[in-house]
Amino acid sequence: MSLLTVAALYFLVPVYWLMVSATKNSSDLFGTFGFWFANPRPLEYLGDLLTYDDGIYLRWFANSVLYAGVGAALATLLSAAAGYALAKFDFRGRETVFNVVLAGVLIPGTALALPLYLMFSEVGMANTYWAVLVPSVVSPFGVYLCRIYAVASVPDSLLEAARIDGAGELTIFRVLVIRLMSPALITVFLFQFVHIWNNFFLPLVMLSNSDLYPITLGLTSWQGYADRQPLLYQLTVGGAFVSVIPLMILMVVLQRFWRTGLTEGSIKS
Amino acid sequence: MARSRLHSSRNRAAVGFLLPFCVLFLATFIAPICYALYQSLFKVERSGALGLGGETEVFAGLSNYTHALEDSQFLEGFARVLLFGVVQVPVMILLATVLALLLEAASARGVVFFRTAFFLPYGVPGVIASILWGFLYVPGISPFVEMFHSAGFDVNFLSEGNLLWAIANIVTWEFTGYNMLILISQLKAVPDELYEAARIDGANAWQVAIRIKLPLIRPALVLTTVFSIIGTLQLFSEPLVLKPLTGNIDTGYTPNVHAYNEAFQSNNYNVAAAEAVLLALVACVLSFGFMRLVGRRGKVGDE
Repeated sequence: MSLLTVAALYFLVPVYWLMVSATKNSSDLFGTFGFWFANPRPLEYLGDLLTYDDGIYLRWFANSVLYAGVGAALATLLSAAAGYALAKFDFRGRETVFNVVLAGVLIPGTALALPLYLMFSEVGMANTYWAVLVPSVVSPFGVYLCRIYAVASVPDSLLEAARIDGAGELTIFRVLVIRLMSPALITVFLFQFVHIWNNFFLPLVMLSNSDLYPITLGLTSWQGYADRQPLLYQLTVGGAFVSVIPLMILMVVLQRFWRTGLTEGSIKS
Repeated sequence: MARSRLHSSRNRAAVGFLLPFCVLFLATFIAPICYALYQSLFKVERSGALGLGGETEVFAGLSNYTHALEDSQFLEGFARVLLFGVVQVPVMILLATVLALLLEAASARGVVFFRTAFFLPYGVPGVIASILWGFLYVPGISPFVEMFHSAGFDVNFLSEGNLLWAIANIVTWEFTGYNMLILISQLKAVPDELYEAARIDGANAWQVAIRIKLPLIRPALVLTTVFSIIGTLQLFSEPLVLKPLTGNIDTGYTPNVHAYNEAFQSNNYNVAAAEAVLLALVACVLSFGFMRLVGRRGKVGDE
């Protein structure tokens, strides 16, 4: 129990520091003890954060929601369809396709980002929303998880019964399969959402227009200028805290759903 | 006749389900790998005085690779992440395993709180975690430096010797809970009867953990270790964010940082492509190597 408490302190203290510091201005950030409040004016600083540079922070936030939300939703749909096809249809080359996808899990994302940038800039897609969205909807790990879950949770007899009743393949997928696989799909969605939200290298390589930045890239650009503009220290810390809140909530949800999907995945790997 | 028609319609359906993913997988995984391989075999030659006569792409064989492999900064970066991985990955996996076993064995009260607390940092993006820990390292802001100072110690987390381990701490902080959760999910899949049987045979909690739980969660341990190895080789945002805070991070601190600078500072895409290929190659060799290593040992041990 004492070891658990020490570990909890280790994981929580930095978050606590961030929370305390988000209520300070730049000079208090340097001048006062980090683990305790000094002249807290959270609402005023929140106002500073949201209005600085014509509200660019809100724009970055919306961009992150767009990239992660739309990207994860599409990734889940594509993974579900592909995983289901690989699990429940018998065709030539099935194992080859699956193995190639599986190898994709092992390719470091940062090794792909550079050549992707070069390809995208040749077709004029670099520095657009598409440049971050398109690579985000491909999740080999999601396909892997969906296949394993479909094998375990979609009974062949049910598919046969639906076919005998005259249901088309698309209807079967939409009505039956999606529902049966929903625990795995929630896991894939949340996993991919966090992955896209946390991704830094891809947007850094792809985007040069700060209007398109996700929040991670925006905050590092502020941090990089803070030397010359001390107000940005306060904005970086406050912005980091505000950006972390939705993800914290998501973590609480995610760790509850985590079990369903991943257990299936890791047992059979 | 009817049967073959049935089969062809089903095959069409399978293709329909697979096609959208496969097209995008080809575009964002296979094509970039091929493109990087292609780029890495060429180089840009500038003609005329001062290279103003235009640029032509000429075949360069493996010269970009030899260039990368003779670049001492690039090699030092590799050596640095390998040293980092050899220390950080085992420490993190061990910590995650211990926490997972403790949480599994603990009585219900507080388990949800601890599990959530350990997992929380995973939701903090790597760059944000680096900004956050950067403030916690830097004298003037850091309450840790202040507390050490008033206790009579002067520590510098960002000195040349400490820096790599300061980064290791950020990575450990972020991913221990994530790995722990994967291990817990596998522990939950172990049937309770197994523990009952062991207990009846007189095994104590420690023996159950070492002899039964650890071997049973081996697949999850392999999975988390492989993901961690890949993650280590990709180290990028941590050094990038800490760079303005210390003079000890150069443009080749990790292979990724080096490739990034090669491409965007020196405009040398061909060498950067070669470095990206080398990076992917090393990641694959290390992960496959590790899986084969534990796979073989597992067979001998299990049977």
